[in-house]
Amino acid sequence: MSIRVLKSGLLTTLQDRGRSGLAAFGIGSAGPMDEVAFRLANALVGNGDDAAALEISLIGPRLHFGADAVIALAGAEFDAHVGTQAIAGWQRRLVAAGDILDCGRVRHGARAYLAVAGGFEAPVVLGSRSCDVNAGLGPLNGRPLREGDALPVVRMRDGADDTARAWQHVGSAHAVEAAWSLDPRPWFDPDPGHAIHLIRGRHFDALDEASREALFTAEFKVAPDSNRVGFRLDGPRLALAAPLELVSEAVAFGTLQLPPGGQPIALLAEHPTTGGYPRIGQIAAIDLPRLAQRKPGDSVRFREIDLDEAQTRYLRRERELAQMIEAIAKRLDA
Amino acid sequence: MTPAGGANDFTIEPLGESVLLMRFGDAIDADTNARVHAAADTLRRVEMPGLIDLVPAYATLALHYDTAFWVGRNGDTAWQHLAGALRAVFAAPLRPEPGETRLVEIPVCYGDEFGPDLADVARHGGLGPEQVIARHAQADYRVAMLGFAPGFAYLLGLDPALQVPRRANPRTRVPRGSVAIGGMQTGIYPAELPGGWQLIGRTPLALFDAASPSPCLLAPGDRVRLRAIGRDEFDALARTPAP
Repeated sequence: MSIRVLKSGLLTTLQDRGRSGLAAFGIGSAGPMDEVAFRLANALVGNGDDAAALEISLIGPRLHFGADAVIALAGAEFDAHVGTQAIAGWQRRLVAAGDILDCGRVRHGARAYLAVAGGFEAPVVLGSRSCDVNAGLGPLNGRPLREGDALPVVRMRDGADDTARAWQHVGSAHAVEAAWSLDPRPWFDPDPGHAIHLIRGRHFDALDEASREALFTAEFKVAPDSNRVGFRLDGPRLALAAPLELVSEAVAFGTLQLPPGGQPIALLAEHPTTGGYPRIGQIAAIDLPRLAQRKPGDSVRFREIDLDEAQTRYLRRERELAQMIEAIAKRLDA
Repeated sequence: MTPAGGANDFTIEPLGESVLLMRFGDAIDADTNARVHAAADTLRRVEMPGLIDLVPAYATLALHYDTAFWVGRNGDTAWQHLAGALRAVFAAPLRPEPGETRLVEIPVCYGDEFGPDLADVARHGGLGPEQVIARHAQADYRVAMLGFAPGFAYLLGLDPALQVPRRANPRTRVPRGSVAIGGMQTGIYPAELPGGWQLIGRTPLALFDAASPSPCLLAPGDRVRLRAIGRDEFDALARTPAP
């Protein structure tokens, strides 16, 4: 069975959990911008997080389903419909053969994940089905979906595999209303008024005094030319107290760089593996999904957190997320 | 080559919740970089567990690690736990494995349409174009690191007479295979990319092929020799499919 793309949406890409093991060759991980929503979308349809889902951004795609499928949307709230029927997020839904899912426009947040039971089938490129748009790497050479693409879905086998169980649980075709949904609140926070926790970077102390102060007090806004590589942050120009001679070294998801123009860049899912600009901060991993849900023009304020606290909270979140995913799996099995 | 200085002479700094940097220095130099590669070799040799990615750079080795694996014990956080394990691994003097370094030869057709900046590089160094080619092609290079884009290798070993600042106006499209100089660095563009380095030649070899199980021609630490070739050989090699 396959899903045909009638309209691509603004930026719709295939993502699994990303590439690993090749950073030494300049090959970045790509993967979802909001890892938490991605994992929960897959969990809701009985997939592991190695399954590929669609990351949809601001304006969602219009998709024709060639066969019945179990789907879930998680992350930003979109105005999604099948015909006149609204498709709410954070729950599994059945879509029947011939249905057209119009994901519509975003209402809250920026990105959502459309998972389908069994996962989207796509060639594995360098260990992953994630599209790295910037590097031109992955299925479809990393390009976003466009009209006319056909996306095969891993075929549902008869028998006792997860997909078939998920199918039975939803029930017969056209029983579209799910019996339960997940409370998104602990996992999804699109409020741009909430501060983003930031760890001081190696070169924080090299900022001049006004910039050190501004980093944690000023309001920044996500600039229009932001993308999956990174968010440029409009706001006060930041400056070093004295120029630094730096040599390239590794950067990470969440690294806050300061190029010479003084406009910080928060590196995100498609960040290059290395960089040579001063690293003034590192966004706490717990807040990366929050930042990923902001769109151009949204506010960003930073609040300082120390590394130990950030790591403790990150590990706690990972445990809680694993428990939630396990609870969803139990519910699917029931 | 035996790395100069103690291989265990490094500092450890966290880069967020799941990356540690081992820092061996702050500058671009061959000795520092050799210690980075020696440390990466050691971690692979001892099969250090709980590591996801190693990223060697000029003076640092980054370790992307599994925070759940290194989860803190006895009040230590995960990164402190890993840092302690690293110090233990490197407490013993390093014994570099001899003779493991690969040597890769890369044919380069210099000048003309492939090297639009060759004349500028020559002028800047007070040399003739032929001297630039001779000096660039006869040096022994080492892959200091890859980064910027998949398969982009930064080579150490550029003749100081060939150092030249980056272009004031970077090109939006540098052709795939372009051999270029930027400051004291030289490298080869593995794909068509934007770039500010000075272009002096081009190789017909594919530096990066996503469809290949070993997608990059060059790996960190490789030795590289460039061989000047003429246009005929370039065209012939460009037609030859990769083995």
